[in-house]
Amino acid sequence: MFGWLTQTAALAALNLRSLPRRPGTAAVAMSGIAALTGVFAGVLSMATGFEKTMSGSGQENVALVLRSGATAELNSRFSGEQADIVRYAPGIARDVDGDPEVSAELFWVVNALSKSSGAEANVALRGIQPPGYGLRNNYRLAEGRPFTPGRFELIAGRGARNQFAGLEPGRTIRFGKTEWLVTGVFEDGGSVFESELWCDVNVLQSAYQLGNGYQAVRARLDGADGRARLEEALAGEQRLSVDVWSEREFYAEQAEDTATLIRLIGIPISVLMAIGAVFAALNAMHASIVARARELATLRALGFGSFPTALAALLESVTLAFLGGVLGCAVAWLALNGFQASTLGASFSQVVFNFAVTPDLLAQGITAALVVGLVGGAFPAARAATARVTVALREL
Amino acid sequence: MNRFTLIWRNMWRKPVRTLFTMLAVLVVFFLFTLLEGLRLAFSLSDLGAEAQERLLTSHKVSLIMMLPEAYQSRIARLPGVDAVSHSTWFGGRYQDHPEFAQYPVVAEEYLSLNAEIDLSEEYRQAWLANRGGAVVGRPVANQYGWQVGDRVPLKSSIWTRANGSNVWEFDIEGIFDDSGGGMNSGVLLFHYDYFEEARAWGKGTVGWYVTRGDGSIPLEGLMAGIDAEFANSPAETKTNTEAAFAQEYARQFGNIGFIVTLILAAVVFMIMLVTGHTMAQSVRERIHEIGVLKTLGFTSGSIFRLTVLEGLLLVLPVGLLAMLLGWGMLNVVTERMGAMLPGGLKIGTYSVVLGLSLMLAITLGSVLPPVIRALRLDIVALLRSS
Amino acid sequence: MAEQLIRLTDVGKNYRKGREAVRVLDGINLGIDKGDFVGLMGPSGSGKTTLLNLLGGLDKPSQGTIEVDGKVVSALSQGALAKWRSGNIGFVFQFYNLLPVLSAARNVALPLLLTSLPASRRKQHVNTALRLVGLAERASHYPRELSGGQEQRVAIARAIVSDPPILLCDEPTGDLDRSTADEIMALLQQLNRDYGKTIVMVTHDPRAASYAHRVLHLDKGELGAAQQ
Ligand SMILES: Nc1ncnc2c1ncn2[C@@H]1O[C@H](COP(=O)(O)OP(=O)(O)O)[C@@H](O)[C@H]1O
Ligand SMILES: [Mg+2]
Repeated sequence: MFGWLTQTAALAALNLRSLPRRPGTAAVAMSGIAALTGVFAGVLSMATGFEKTMSGSGQENVALVLRSGATAELNSRFSGEQADIVRYAPGIARDVDGDPEVSAELFWVVNALSKSSGAEANVALRGIQPPGYGLRNNYRLAEGRPFTPGRFELIAGRGARNQFAGLEPGRTIRFGKTEWLVTGVFEDGGSVFESELWCDVNVLQSAYQLGNGYQAVRARLDGADGRARLEEALAGEQRLSVDVWSEREFYAEQAEDTATLIRLIGIPISVLMAIGAVFAALNAMHASIVARARELATLRALGFGSFPTALAALLESVTLAFLGGVLGCAVAWLALNGFQASTLGASFSQVVFNFAVTPDLLAQGITAALVVGLVGGAFPAARAATARVTVALREL
Repeated sequence: MNRFTLIWRNMWRKPVRTLFTMLAVLVVFFLFTLLEGLRLAFSLSDLGAEAQERLLTSHKVSLIMMLPEAYQSRIARLPGVDAVSHSTWFGGRYQDHPEFAQYPVVAEEYLSLNAEIDLSEEYRQAWLANRGGAVVGRPVANQYGWQVGDRVPLKSSIWTRANGSNVWEFDIEGIFDDSGGGMNSGVLLFHYDYFEEARAWGKGTVGWYVTRGDGSIPLEGLMAGIDAEFANSPAETKTNTEAAFAQEYARQFGNIGFIVTLILAAVVFMIMLVTGHTMAQSVRERIHEIGVLKTLGFTSGSIFRLTVLEGLLLVLPVGLLAMLLGWGMLNVVTERMGAMLPGGLKIGTYSVVLGLSLMLAITLGSVLPPVIRALRLDIVALLRSS
Repeated sequence: MAEQLIRLTDVGKNYRKGREAVRVLDGINLGIDKGDFVGLMGPSGSGKTTLLNLLGGLDKPSQGTIEVDGKVVSALSQGALAKWRSGNIGFVFQFYNLLPVLSAARNVALPLLLTSLPASRRKQHVNTALRLVGLAERASHYPRELSGGQEQRVAIARAIVSDPPILLCDEPTGDLDRSTADEIMALLQQLNRDYGKTIVMVTHDPRAASYAHRVLHLDKGELGAAQQ
């Protein structure tokens, strides 16, 4: 008599070799699980992609100063004097000429036509000051030329350029009463800034009668304790009441609500689909075991143990689930990875992001598939093992 | 013994299989109902007649830009205007919950313009009498457990008070229902006077205007009239129906309807496979028995009917039960997240019809091919098959 | 002379096997009287089942006519045949052909679904039939809980429950041991003698054939009288 391990291996080999003879059953189990994994990976790749865009935005050593209580640049407000208080506060790095590396900015929202839906969408129009380019480490002009300060000119982020109509360099686009010339396209390592349009902050002020008001002040921090020094100095300042964010933290927080919403909806859907897939697998495995009841009983009569019989059946189910999982992941990866979409972010403007089917996510998808295979195979396997040999042999 | 017994006993031929198939149908149609609820919530297809008739006027550049308070009287004077009122996005959140809609409004004006707000006379009087009072839609009150008489703090991400704080407190003076399409169901309303006096900046500006026409000129004309009034002024306007604004906003989240439809398709594909395969298998197993029944004098037509009815019996009751459970679940979610989903999650007649059609399609799609194939064979061939 | 119930005139049957037609029955002329009990013997593949199927209207002849009780059965449409079968023919098969999902009583009740009898009358018929085959106390058992002989009795009860004049039996004892076979034959004999059923029975077993009034021999599709 040989050990249960050898027995299991022999039985499993027998099962797997007979799979092609049961193509329907195997295909059903596999496709059900593939559908599950595909949806799972698809939904989560959306959340992951969105988070990736947001978390790739902002830098640890750049401070974002907003009016106290404001959770978005959109809701923040500074007068020119207040912005200057921040500009010359301690804790901020200076450039080679000794000027503070600070960009006081406006975050405006304008309407542009979305190419995919054909509907109007809110797009961020950001007014920056010259140091603003340097505050984005990955900034790179990809096409055309920069906007000329003092003119109604703008450059479009790569994502904005792809998603919204009329942003080709050389064209003019109208927002309200003003006409803007698109002079170039910029990239910033896939960050949220690529969803925006940039222009001269002073031009934006005059276009919308904003006087010398600003909404946010960005500043490069001077050393590790820069933020603490800046925070302390501004806290003691009577003329303004602000929050000092690390830019990185700020965007991580902005990502949270949307990613949570996607997960909140996506995960229950995936769980329910998984339960459905479990029943599909159960049915398929059960059918496969019932169909081979006689064969299994004969093997049992020949002396194969019940534990190896069950294990081999389970192995078959897990194998099918694995194949289904791989199929689903492959489809999700081929169809969705890098797919560009945009949604309304926390700043009431569109954030362009790419679906990200990461290795991590694929591993999760396949794990889910394997769990379904295990659960779906357990009951039929137990049945295969416990069926009385005499009864099974008599059954046709 | 009648025909139903025959169908019933055939259906339970392999009880385990039948059970699993039913459970798969249950899960999948439960899911179907939830997804339908989601899809409809984002499509905002049913906002009620009032939202199709009321006009919303916002800043032309974007909804976030403010308009002068003085526009109200200019709109009111335009031909074809019956009533006009304004609101402003307050951007408050309660504790750590997500933002929901709060508007500072001129109470009498706003209530008369939004007649679907079902506020009892008693509450109305109490609210009018309290400067710091607010009334709130039932879904929000339910979610946060607010009662009349509570004092609730809301932290605004936009509006600071003159004293520098951005926490505003309101006395809940009434709870209302939205008897219309739900545009106002998840809203908290408070007094504009109080807001105007307390806010640190932006005095004299409002977010948008709501206008009702008197019917003397068509809506398109009225929209154009309002926008023309403010053309070439510092703050040009854009006017559309409330429903159009809401839908434009919903669309901004991306094509949720499309994504949900894709998921639905995957789900339906799965159920088709599972039930289809098992049902077809169950029919194939009884080819010989079909021969026996024909020998006894059953006609092809009656065997066809018996088999199709059996398939329907397997899918329809469980599918309908699943939709009922899904509907219950949507109600629970609506109850719990009233502030986030003011319109609530619901399904419509269309969803039920779609669900039923799917059930029919699944049944017929899986039962018809093997039955038809079986009935094409003559009795002798049927009897000879093992 | 007794009244003739079944009349076959020059009946032939071909089956198509691939491209060529196989002649299974050829020029069969046969008359069977009301109340007769005919045994049909012959080697395997000689066409016995085919002939029985033609008699029972399960299949149509390639040539010739089959008349039953003055009606040309071979000319009926499929639908009309089904209706005719339910009223005139009871089938008994070698492997019983009970529906596994139905209890004995419900198997027996099956043909009554095709009648307009009220439920109480159906029940009565089923009980009578089961009592006649001696299985009244097994009414609620499922086929898998019955022995082969018992299953065949249920099948016979099902064949007679709607009181058809003709019983067609295809090797009814082929799957049974000798003493059980004797019991089944006794039952068929009783149905023939006491209830006037006309029986045509295919069999390989000479013992079973001895219960018949006369035995016909089928060989290579042609009919001959028994060499007794
Ligand atoms: N449906 C059919 N198609 C083709 N050949 C058939 C069919 N039915 C019967 N036959 C052939 O006809 C011959 C007679 O069959 P059958 O009547 O079953 O013989 P028996 O019952 O005498 O053993 C056999 O050779 C068989 O192979
Ligand atoms: Mg035969």
